Amino acid sequence: MSTQVTDVDIAAAGDSAGVGRALSDYFRRVKGGDVGSLPAVLGLIVLVLIFSVLEGSTFFTALNFANLLNQGTAIIVLAMGLVFVLLLGEIDLSAGFAAGTCAAVLAVSLTKWGWAWPLALIAALLTGLVIGLFIGLLVARLGIPSFVVTLAAFLGLQGVMLLIIGDGGTIPVQSDVLLAIMNKNMPVWAGWVLCLLVSAGYALVSLRAIMNRRKVGLPSTSTSVWAAKVLSIAILLGVAVFLLNQQRQIIRPGKNVCVTLGPPNEPVGCIPVIQGVPWAVLVVLVLLVALTFVLGRTAFGRHIYAVGGNSEAARRAGISVSGIKIACFMICSFLAAIAGILLASRDNSVSPTTGGAQTLLYAVGAAVIGGTSLFGGRGRVMDAIVGGLVVAVIANGLPLITQQSGIQYVVTGLVLLVAASVDALSRKRSSVSLR
Amino acid sequence: MMTGNQPLLELKGVNKSFGPVHVLRGVDLSVYAGQVTALVGDNGAGKSTLIKGIAGIHSFDSGEYLFEGKPVHISEPKQANALGIEVVYQDLALCDNLDVVHNMFLGREESKGIVLDEITMERRATETLASLSVRTLKSIRQQVSSLSGGQRQTVAIARAVLWNSKLVILDEPTAALGVAQTEQVLNLVRRLADSGLGVVLISHNMNDVLQVADNIACLYLGQLAAQIPASDVGHGQIVELITMGRSGDIGLNPEVIAAGGHA
Repeated sequence: MSTQVTDVDIAAAGDSAGVGRALSDYFRRVKGGDVGSLPAVLGLIVLVLIFSVLEGSTFFTALNFANLLNQGTAIIVLAMGLVFVLLLGEIDLSAGFAAGTCAAVLAVSLTKWGWAWPLALIAALLTGLVIGLFIGLLVARLGIPSFVVTLAAFLGLQGVMLLIIGDGGTIPVQSDVLLAIMNKNMPVWAGWVLCLLVSAGYALVSLRAIMNRRKVGLPSTSTSVWAAKVLSIAILLGVAVFLLNQQRQIIRPGKNVCVTLGPPNEPVGCIPVIQGVPWAVLVVLVLLVALTFVLGRTAFGRHIYAVGGNSEAARRAGISVSGIKIACFMICSFLAAIAGILLASRDNSVSPTTGGAQTLLYAVGAAVIGGTSLFGGRGRVMDAIVGGLVVAVIANGLPLITQQSGIQYVVTGLVLLVAASVDALSRKRSSVSLR
Repeated sequence: MMTGNQPLLELKGVNKSFGPVHVLRGVDLSVYAGQVTALVGDNGAGKSTLIKGIAGIHSFDSGEYLFEGKPVHISEPKQANALGIEVVYQDLALCDNLDVVHNMFLGREESKGIVLDEITMERRATETLASLSVRTLKSIRQQVSSLSGGQRQTVAIARAVLWNSKLVILDEPTAALGVAQTEQVLNLVRRLADSGLGVVLISHNMNDVLQVADNIACLYLGQLAAQIPASDVGHGQIVELITMGRSGDIGLNPEVIAAGGHA
């Protein structure tokens, strides 16, 4: 590490940097150990390429792309919640069954008690908040390690879920609105409008930030970097929306696809068109924007990073460390509740296995693969999406290649291990560069 | 050297015990604005207890605590902060994963509504660093984990200065630094005092003390052996004061020392 002191005027540094400069800065950060989502994005590309080559006819289809999103959504939302807990350097092992318990509350209040869906939804979300408050209080006030508290909650909630569901085993979810989230798609035009709104929104918000900085003479991103970012996001979104807007119903010979919609002139014996962006994607997007705002633009979010980076420093700076911890566990369980609702919507029902099995481990894996550190202090909400897609691609693609579920577990485990190694190595690297 | 003007901070006969251990015994201390007051003493002499008392981490048992001539009672760090007293602890208390600006404003962020006002924070941080003539940071948006020891010390000191502080207490700021970085930090300490702040510097390094201090307060077994202008003493005399409580005709009364510090 060079101890060379560079006398650069702070205000003048970093201005008028082009795309090339931005790229070289980025590579310097990666070399310094701040790898972010890079391994996950590369892994995603490699995985998609492998599966496309080996089993392209099934994997690389519009139908499968939509399936993949459907399979990944609940994991992604769960992982978003886990990012908040992981940022503190804590863990929540109970998030999977918190999702299941909240889903059970939803199903029971809807089906057994006949509540209206908004009430059942609120009940499920409140259940999530209560679970998070309980865990958070035990961790922050009593000082029990989160691993133990949430392991206990993992077992306990499994039981609570069984008790709520009762002897029936499976409770159907009967609400068109709730079922539509995971089973229905947006109209084709709405998909394009969404794509346009998100791209334009991102462009405007980031441009305003740049303009505000320029106005007061602070260094800012150059316009070319901004344009490159906006363009790449618009293209990515555009391609995704285009793929999802394809008609993905498999057409068997002898049957026609319904061209006209609506009851009066619906032809008999045709297959309905399935196309459009799943509504669940909208849920994920809204959560992404809202949570990214909280983490990046509010004092509360800043304090979460501070507690995760150095809780003693945060305490001395007057931050309520236990308050932040409780809030993060509540956010995690609240998002678990949303994930539970998505699972219930996808399966049209809630059973004692909802949120169980590998759900939680996949979600932790998604967050870590996406670049959130297990050591706390580093991570973004976006990580959950990138990592969740990697997990979903593996879970979706491997069964097309091999029928052996043993191999699928082993591969998923290995990918998680690789991600954790990258995390540990990059941490080592950045602590070395201190000297 | 001791000008007739009023001290910024004045302690008169403060005592502090932890159970049966009488850690501070009737300590007097005067810190003047625009001066660096070095606080020296061997391990266990009571330096940390003294600054913790000043900072409000624990309050003194008895004695007078005057700030700008007015008696004050401080039992919490926040009260000390409100008066304009900031302490830079040895471990710095910085968050590695946050950048320089974030660290400087940690816990006291500027916001517009609920949205962080990054622009105001960055400007104020830049101004503060510029006012301290800090030119060793490449960017104030770089993470603290990428900074050298001296740069971290600089950030911690700049954070203490940001809040219109009047008194900055530095706990061994050069203990972990190399030669060049020690020089940078000492220059910064000098500039703090020259800009009108009162500075208390705790150090074990006599060269550092003689280089920047205006006057030197030496603690010996919980008592103030002497507070003397730095120009009046040399390296050897300070060491004698630290180790024996007395040097020539300055320092504690020989009988007091013979009694093991018990007057």
